[in-house]
Amino acid sequence: MIRIEFTKLRFLVIDDNAHMRRILRTLLHGFGAREVYEAEDGAAGLEAFTHYIPDIVITDWAMPIFDGLELTQMIRQPGANANPFVPIIMLTGHSEKKRVVASRDAGVTEFMAKPISAKALYERILNIVANPRPFIKTKTYFGPDRRRNVNPGYVGPERRKGGKADVMKQTPLLDKAKVIG
Amino acid sequence: MSQTRNERPAVMTFGDYEVITPPNKLRGAVSAVTDNADDDPVARAEAALSALSSEFSGWMDSECERLDAARRKLKQTGFTKATRDELFHAAHDIKGEASTFGFPYVAAAAGSLCRLIEHTPDMTRIPHLLVDQHVDAVRAIVRENARADVQEIAHALTKRLHEVTEEFLVHENRHRPDYLETVAGPPLIPHD
Repeated sequence: MIRIEFTKLRFLVIDDNAHMRRILRTLLHGFGAREVYEAEDGAAGLEAFTHYIPDIVITDWAMPIFDGLELTQMIRQPGANANPFVPIIMLTGHSEKKRVVASRDAGVTEFMAKPISAKALYERILNIVANPRPFIKTKTYFGPDRRRNVNPGYVGPERRKGGKADVMKQTPLLDKAKVIG
Repeated sequence: MSQTRNERPAVMTFGDYEVITPPNKLRGAVSAVTDNADDDPVARAEAALSALSSEFSGWMDSECERLDAARRKLKQTGFTKATRDELFHAAHDIKGEASTFGFPYVAAAAGSLCRLIEHTPDMTRIPHLLVDQHVDAVRAIVRENARADVQEIAHALTKRLHEVTEEFLVHENRHRPDYLETVAGPPLIPHD
């Protein structure tokens, strides 16, 4: 079995709704986290990200000044800040497919549609911590590998040119931990 | 977590892309343990949320007040980007929070209002009456939440709102008939 030491993780929660921030803080503290920082809009979130250097960012989509998608795009700028690789969980009331795809293409690590649940949040964090994905950098994208699985039935054009590493096989920590346990 | 010094991402370059494996700074937060049924972080978090739940009713009331205030402002000044955004955000927050706060049947009415606002190309054409009906439905479902038949009441209200809204959206998007299909969300009405 695998266990996350939440006491070793620093979270940044960005949401313009104070009630939702309180709920997230309560859940994270319930998991055992001690360091949970908050920001109430995208601009304050970016500032807090730079200041606190969190291990995991949880952000809402719809927010004033700039939204969660724009915030993600700002964080995913190689060389522009302390940690462009930081895992980002998009927690949003938007659930349409085009929103999920837009989040993924902006570099979001995990997508969570509201309503929130302790189990769903825990699973996202577990996946981030135990099963990190490599990053892909192209002319138009910088973010976690969007290919989570190999699809043997795929018949479309190959979009990544020139390499054997079309899918990077990684042994997730989760699997390693299962072997150990 | 403290950062490990001198750790750099491993970069492999291919034809038109790079694969970058960042240093795994979170590895130290993972440990393998033997099965320990007493240590259930999800149950702990649910218990913490449950301890907070006495505040949820008051929170939902304040969210409804916010929605009503946005409606009043809209009536006073008409549809502008500011009034539109205020109404949308208020409805969108209720849609996302309703189930967590113990008002699961409110989400569909709030979601229908979001859809009306978001997918009407010319916001000035949104009938104020339809906005009123959505806001009133949200407030009514919240008010009657303790009733045994709240699900039936909410279902009847939301079903009709959903039908009228979809009819309106189809008409307003008639010049781009494929648009509504591309923004189709999960069904607002769980069962018919």
